[in-house]
Amino acid sequence: MASPKILSRFSGLTGLRLAGIVVLLAGALAFPVLFPNPVLTNYGVFALIFVAVASAWNFFSGFSGYISLGNAVFFGSGAYALGIAARDWHVTGIGVFALLPLSAAVGALIAVPFGLIALRVRRHTFIVITIAVFFIFQLMAYNFSFTGGTTGLDAPFLPWAAQTYNNPFYYIALGCAVGAIVLSWLIRRSRFGLQLRAIRDDEDRARGLGVRAMRVKLSAFVLSGAVTGLVGGVWFFYLTQVQPPSGFDPLFDLSVVLMAFLGGLGTVSGPVLGALIIEPGQLYLTANTNGYISEILLGSLFLVAVLLMPRGIIPTGGEYIRRLTTRGRAAIPAAVPASQRAPASPGLRSDEGATREGDAGEGEGEAGGARRQAGKAL
Amino acid sequence: MSVLLRTEGVHKSYGGVRALDTCTIEVGEGTVAGLIGPNGSGKTTLFNVITGYAKADAGQVYLADRRITNIAPDKVFALGIGRTFQLTRIFPSLTVMENMLVASQHSRSGARKRAMEQLEFVGIAGYHASLAGTLSYGQRKLLELAYVLVADPTIVLLDEPAGGVNLSLVNQIAARIRELNAAGKTFLIVEHNMEFVMGLCHQVTVLDSGTVVATGPPDIVRTDRRVLDAYLGEDIEEAEEDSGEADDGASQ
Repeated sequence: MASPKILSRFSGLTGLRLAGIVVLLAGALAFPVLFPNPVLTNYGVFALIFVAVASAWNFFSGFSGYISLGNAVFFGSGAYALGIAARDWHVTGIGVFALLPLSAAVGALIAVPFGLIALRVRRHTFIVITIAVFFIFQLMAYNFSFTGGTTGLDAPFLPWAAQTYNNPFYYIALGCAVGAIVLSWLIRRSRFGLQLRAIRDDEDRARGLGVRAMRVKLSAFVLSGAVTGLVGGVWFFYLTQVQPPSGFDPLFDLSVVLMAFLGGLGTVSGPVLGALIIEPGQLYLTANTNGYISEILLGSLFLVAVLLMPRGIIPTGGEYIRRLTTRGRAAIPAAVPASQRAPASPGLRSDEGATREGDAGEGEGEAGGARRQAGKAL
Repeated sequence: MSVLLRTEGVHKSYGGVRALDTCTIEVGEGTVAGLIGPNGSGKTTLFNVITGYAKADAGQVYLADRRITNIAPDKVFALGIGRTFQLTRIFPSLTVMENMLVASQHSRSGARKRAMEQLEFVGIAGYHASLAGTLSYGQRKLLELAYVLVADPTIVLLDEPAGGVNLSLVNQIAARIRELNAAGKTFLIVEHNMEFVMGLCHQVTVLDSGTVVATGPPDIVRTDRRVLDAYLGEDIEEAEEDSGEADDGASQ
C-alpha cells in the first residue's frame, strides 16, 4: 500500500490530469499491440528515446537556464561504454541488458569533470564550452583504438524474430521515458528544483539566499548525464552499432533543444510533447524525402517556434486557456485590504495617493536625489 | 551593548578606482544603524564586501567574533546575514510563495507556514500565488524584505529600502523595521531618504570616498560639518557667503 507521504507527493495532480496520464500510459502500453507494424514501432522506439533524453536535458538546462549543447557527450559515451564492455567482457545475448546501469554510471561520471569546468561560466560562454567538449569527445571516438576508430563498435547479436524485434526495445524505451518524466516532475516539485529555477532567474541573488549554486547545478547536470547515458546504451543496442558521427551527433543536441523549446522550456510536459512531434516527423521526412529536406524543415521549425511561441506550446496554450476561463475576472488578487496596511509611522509624513504604489521607476535609486535629499533634510 | 557586525580597515578597488579606503564601521546588536553618504561613496560596495558579493583587497569583516572576510554569499547568509538590493532582485518567473521558499531554511510544511506569516507581516499575502514578476516595484520591495526575513537572519542589511517607493509604503517599511527591531532584530540600512534614516536609526555612519567621515547619533551627525561638506561638496560657509554676496549684488 502506498504510504501517505507518497500519496501526498502526487496530490498536486488533479483528478482530470491523473485520468489523462492514465489514458496516455495505457495507450503507450497498447501501442505495439494495436500497431504491430515494425515501421510504426520503430517510430515509437525513437520517439520514446527522445522523450527521455529531452526530459533529461530539460531538467538541467530548462530548469537552470544553462543551455547545454553537449548532452550528446553523455549519449555517445553511454553507447560506447556498452559496446566496449560487451566486447571486452564477451557479453552476449540478452545478458547485455544487465550492462545498462554502466551507461548511466559512465554518463554521470563524465558529467562531474565536465560540469566542474563548464558550470563555472554562464550563458553563451557555457554554451561554447559544451560544444567544445562535445567535439573533443567526437574526436576521441574517431582516434582512439579502443573505440574502434571510424568503424565504431557493433552490439552483440540478439536472436529475436524480425517482426517483433522492436517490441522489447519499445517497452524498455517506454520505461526510460516514464522514468525521466517522473524524475523531471519530482525535481520540478522539490526544493532542489526550486533552487534550480531560482538560479535561472538570478543566480547571484539565489546564492545570497543560501543556495549552493554550484552544488545544485552540478547535481542536476550529473542526473541529466546519467539518464542520457542510459538511454544512449538502449539506443546502441537497438541500432546494433555506433560510429563517431552517430554517437556524437551535433544534430542530437539541436533536436533536443528544439523539442524543449517547441513544447515549453522548463516545463515537465513541454519536452515530451516536443519530442513526440519532432522525432516521428523527422523520421517520416527522412524516409520519404531527400534527407536534407528534414534538416531544412527542422531549422525552419526552430525559427518559427522561437519567433511565434518563444515560451513553447504548453505555456502559450496554458496562457490562452487561462485567458478564456478567467475572462471578465481579475487575474491578480485584489489589493491588500486597508486593515492589513501599516499605520503611518510617527515622524513621517503620510502622502497616500500622491503616487500610486509602484509608479516610481527603478531609476530613482542611487542616481536619485541624494543631493536634493541632503539639502532638504540635513 | 555588544558589537554584532564590524569591518576593520576594509580596502576595495575596482581598477584604478578606490571604492573603499580603510573603512571601519561597527553595528551594535539590537540596533538600527544607518549608512549614508553621497553617490559613489562606497555604501553598496561595503554591503557587497560584507555579504561576499565582492572580495575585500585588505581588511577584515567580523560577525560577532567570527571572521567572515571574503566568504561566499551563501555561507554569509547561512551565518545569519540577510540583505536586500538597491534595485530589487526577486525571481520573476517564480510565484511569490516560491520566492519565499528559496530563502527558507525550514522543513517543507514549516517553511510554507512561516513564509505566509512573513507575507502577512509585510502585507502582500494576497499575492502569494501570483508570479513575482507581475508585482509592482513597491510590492517587490516588500517581497524582498519578506524573503530575507523568512530565514530569520541575525542582522538584515537593507540597501535603499525607501528608494523609488511612495510615502505610504515608506511608512509601512519603517513600521515593519521598528517592529522587528523591537523584537531584537539588528539592521544596517543604506538610504538617501534622510527623514527615514534620521527617524529610524540609533546610530548613523557617514561614508565619503570610501572612508568613514562621521559616526554617531543622528542628531549629532546631521550637524557635523564634514557630513555637510561631503553631501554638498563645498564649504558651507563659503557657499553661504557667496550666496550672501550674490544677494547683496542683486539688491544693489
